[in-house]
Amino acid sequence: MDFLRPASWEEALAAKAEHPTAVPIAGGTDVMVEINFDHRRPEYLMDLNRVGDLSEWEVGEESVRLGASVPYTKIMENLRAELPGLALASHTVASPQIRNRGGVGGNLGTASPAGDAHPALLAAGAEVEVESVRGSRRIPIDEFYTGVKRNALAADELIRSVHVKKADGPQQFSKVGTRNAMVIAVCAFGFALHPETRTVRTGIGSAAPTPIRAKAAEEFLNAALEEGGFWDNGKIVTPSVAKQFADLCSAACNPIDDVRGTASYRRHAVGVMARRTLTWTWESYRGTRRTTEGAA
Amino acid sequence: MRVNFTVNGRPQEADDVWEGESLLYVLRERLGLPGSKNACEQGECGSCTVRLDGEPVCSCLVAAGQVEGREVVTVEGLADYAKQRAEAGCATGACGTSLQNAQGWQAKGTDSHTGEGAELSPIQQAFIDAGAVQCGFCTPGLLVAADEMLERNPNPSDADIREALSGNLCRCTGYEKIMDAVRLAAARQGEAV
Repeated sequence: MDFLRPASWEEALAAKAEHPTAVPIAGGTDVMVEINFDHRRPEYLMDLNRVGDLSEWEVGEESVRLGASVPYTKIMENLRAELPGLALASHTVASPQIRNRGGVGGNLGTASPAGDAHPALLAAGAEVEVESVRGSRRIPIDEFYTGVKRNALAADELIRSVHVKKADGPQQFSKVGTRNAMVIAVCAFGFALHPETRTVRTGIGSAAPTPIRAKAAEEFLNAALEEGGFWDNGKIVTPSVAKQFADLCSAACNPIDDVRGTASYRRHAVGVMARRTLTWTWESYRGTRRTTEGAA
Repeated sequence: MRVNFTVNGRPQEADDVWEGESLLYVLRERLGLPGSKNACEQGECGSCTVRLDGEPVCSCLVAAGQVEGREVVTVEGLADYAKQRAEAGCATGACGTSLQNAQGWQAKGTDSHTGEGAELSPIQQAFIDAGAVQCGFCTPGLLVAADEMLERNPNPSDADIREALSGNLCRCTGYEKIMDAVRLAAARQGEAV
């Protein structure tokens, strides 16, 4: 095994072009487990900790550019207002020790269906900025996950950052596990209201071969909210609408039975989380509306 | 490969390090510092917790090559680390814990039940006084994690303590005594100010 230590992003791209089998390591919370257990013996291990700008973030007008190695701890501490869904998801990642090291780039690189960041990224709307010596491109998050632990990266590409849209409304994240800390999701659900476009977005984790959106459920809820004038009148979402939304989210799942849970449990739990996160975010949206109206 | 880094305030050099080796392995097997414990090797248990540039991390998940030029504090250097923090820096210019002292470090002193006669950090003394040590395997990781929390948050609520220690498993399940120990250390820290 060779240990590569690029000192800059350009050096990292050059090294990846020269050694496409090189495994990038940043927080190490996935890669080192595989090496410790002898599940993987990469020819080259490429340390990205020396590439400083991977650990930085910029808050822009429309979106946040989040460096691939920004640890979850920093997301929780600094980006709660801009990326509330991702901040909530970050909080459920493993333990403080892991959150000090791991970041979204690693979650995307591993592309496990159970990665905690995925539902939040899908719900918020995000683009993954990847680069190689051939050039840079942005992959919409919906097209990034291509299979179980597979993503749209080419062999010579590295993940540089993820561009996540700043929240224009309430966002929520929910995760089922046996305890609060140190848990891989049995299943997870991310939900975001986008009042500016009067749309909603979802993200489902660990209930299909890849992280997915429940698009039929989103379309149904978009139409129902529009039809009932809910965005304007701020009424509570009718229980029948919430139930139909939850059922459609369950139907979007394509889960398996495994040690963490059965397929039918996952389908059921996703429906429950969908209904709950809809209620939480909608209550919050109604609350904000009342506050703004009162102030006006 | 060779790895140069700072351990407990002193520069160290590890030779013949395999590229896929973890920081934990380097500390235990190359530098002879077995204080950081090897249990799960997958970041689940926190027994191998050390400070890396000040932050608590699982040393089993840090590749050895990643610590080149960086600073690591292990449980063996915790007493000196806490002392320097209390004195707001290194007054004598000869601080840190030498490899020899770290290798020979024991909590025994003249009386292992009270910690008397040993150089202990406040959190270590609190663990002894509160009876928070059973088999002792999880203790080093808990000490490093708890000490870091008390540095950040001198007045932790029970929820803060539970959150800060949520990545450290104790299979003797002595969590209540561990909570007592951290509360005790926090209270003593408050009195000292």
